[in-house]
Amino acid sequence: MTSKLLSMSVTETLAGLKKKEFSATELIKDHIAQMEACRGLNAMITETPEQALAQAAESDARIAKNEMRELEAIPMAMKDLFCTKGVRTTAASHILENFIPTYESTVSQKLKDAGTITIGKTNLDEFAMGGANITSYFGPVENPWKSKTSPEKKLVPGGSSGGSAAAVAAGMSMLATGTDTGGSTRQPASFCGIVGVKPTYGRCSRWGIIAFASSLDQAGAFARNVEDSALMLKVMAGHDAKDSTSARHEVPDFAALMKQDIKGLKIGIPKEYRVDGMPQDVLDIWNKGAEMLKSAGAEIVEISLPHTKYAVPTYYIVAPAEASSNLARYDGVRYGLREEGKDLQEMYENTRAAGFGAEVKRRIMIGTYCLSAGYYDAYYTKAQRIRRLISNDFAAAFEKCDAILTPTAPSSAFAIGENSDDPIKMYLGDVFTIPASLAGLPGISVPAGLDDQGLPLGLQIIGRAWDEVTMFRTAFALEQAVAFSAQPELIKVA
Amino acid sequence: MSIDKSTVSKIANLARIKVTEEDLDYYAPQLQNILSWAEQLQEVDTTGVEPLANVSEITLSLRPDVVNDGNIQQDILANAPETVEGFFVVTKIVE
Repeated sequence: MTSKLLSMSVTETLAGLKKKEFSATELIKDHIAQMEACRGLNAMITETPEQALAQAAESDARIAKNEMRELEAIPMAMKDLFCTKGVRTTAASHILENFIPTYESTVSQKLKDAGTITIGKTNLDEFAMGGANITSYFGPVENPWKSKTSPEKKLVPGGSSGGSAAAVAAGMSMLATGTDTGGSTRQPASFCGIVGVKPTYGRCSRWGIIAFASSLDQAGAFARNVEDSALMLKVMAGHDAKDSTSARHEVPDFAALMKQDIKGLKIGIPKEYRVDGMPQDVLDIWNKGAEMLKSAGAEIVEISLPHTKYAVPTYYIVAPAEASSNLARYDGVRYGLREEGKDLQEMYENTRAAGFGAEVKRRIMIGTYCLSAGYYDAYYTKAQRIRRLISNDFAAAFEKCDAILTPTAPSSAFAIGENSDDPIKMYLGDVFTIPASLAGLPGISVPAGLDDQGLPLGLQIIGRAWDEVTMFRTAFALEQAVAFSAQPELIKVA
Repeated sequence: MSIDKSTVSKIANLARIKVTEEDLDYYAPQLQNILSWAEQLQEVDTTGVEPLANVSEITLSLRPDVVNDGNIQQDILANAPETVEGFFVVTKIVE
């Protein structure tokens, strides 16, 4: 019974609840038990089992009265970047270690209103800055997957939403929220063998999500399959008066519309994404994915995104600049940690020195430098101009194709400790996800196979702005063709 | 362009982050590496290209000009390190 509940889809679970094959309480209890059994992964910063069980009882009452909501009783893990009323929200930082929001983020509220039940707040890179979930104040998260060739190695789950991805991959929760600034949902989804989607910038409200880089940040969704992620995104999306950058566009029924076949769709393969040193496995899976979409009726076309090589350095000017500004609010006065000093200035300096970790400080300082007098135009304005060129590249490409297929990441999960000596090496892990982020486009990572170490690799599908439907359609067709069924050992033995 | 220890010290001061001598040794080469890597952006011809600040082509809407702070003083103070009678408390600024 246990293992079955831990690997079901949302649709199957809702049907099972409705038919009373199991109760919401049983469903939540099993997931809480799995969360407790998987504590070694360090995926959770704060567990909320009591709250979850109380909500499960409410769900059971609703089910009995035939008043089920869209995602009734679906177990959810919430990235600890979403403010949750009355539940500690840390951004995985010492500076917010004891922060208890008095309000709820719009996205988490919508998910709650749809019936989902949050069992815990997940670990992440501090302030979502990182690609391996190793910068958390609460320690690194471990990927539930193990390498066949060196099973003793602890692998990273990717980042920054590493705890959320690990939670879904290990069967602790059926869905999880992420955020995605430069790949923080798509890349960990690839590393953990699950689906991760970042919608168009403006599709979801950012209100109540702790800000990193406001012109790039979007909420993301993790799920076991494409349909579940589409159901979840539908609930999360929509205009919110509290976020002036959230769009008034109507939210389509992604899950219903994605099942249309992809005959006649043009899928672009960007030639610039064949980067030097890319592992053969990644290249093979990418080629195989293109073949599969072709067999499903799509037309494969080569496209060019000429400014691709500048995307990562552009991002590492724009994002730190916005971060340095956003994180100026942590000053020890209104909330968060305070370290006293002889005067106000020293109190600020002591607080921020003690409260932020090394990667966050690095990015704040890069950003501060790029925004400082005399350097602003050379760095920040220059990067914004190149951002425009990158966005124009996509606009030109979408004249020739309807969606773009790329690898999600240039490698599978690596060991905790690898790549950490060299920030630039770590930054290049987001080489395939950052361009779409800079252009504000939707992207989804779908598990596409295993590499020679038996580790999952994802493929990314990028859609036109506001055309998540075509992105989901392509992702669904790819998922059907791949028929990915591998799972980490942790979930099999449950 | 070179990021030496005195530059890091200036940046850290602007960012209000206290740094030790050890920190300067640690961050100077890293910031230098990152910024010299970003130098490649200078090779792109951006003549006549408008900077892109916001990808969503949404024009900001206006809200009714009414008080809407929710009257939640206690909520706002709830996470403060120190408060007195509805105020945030900091180290004495004016002698």
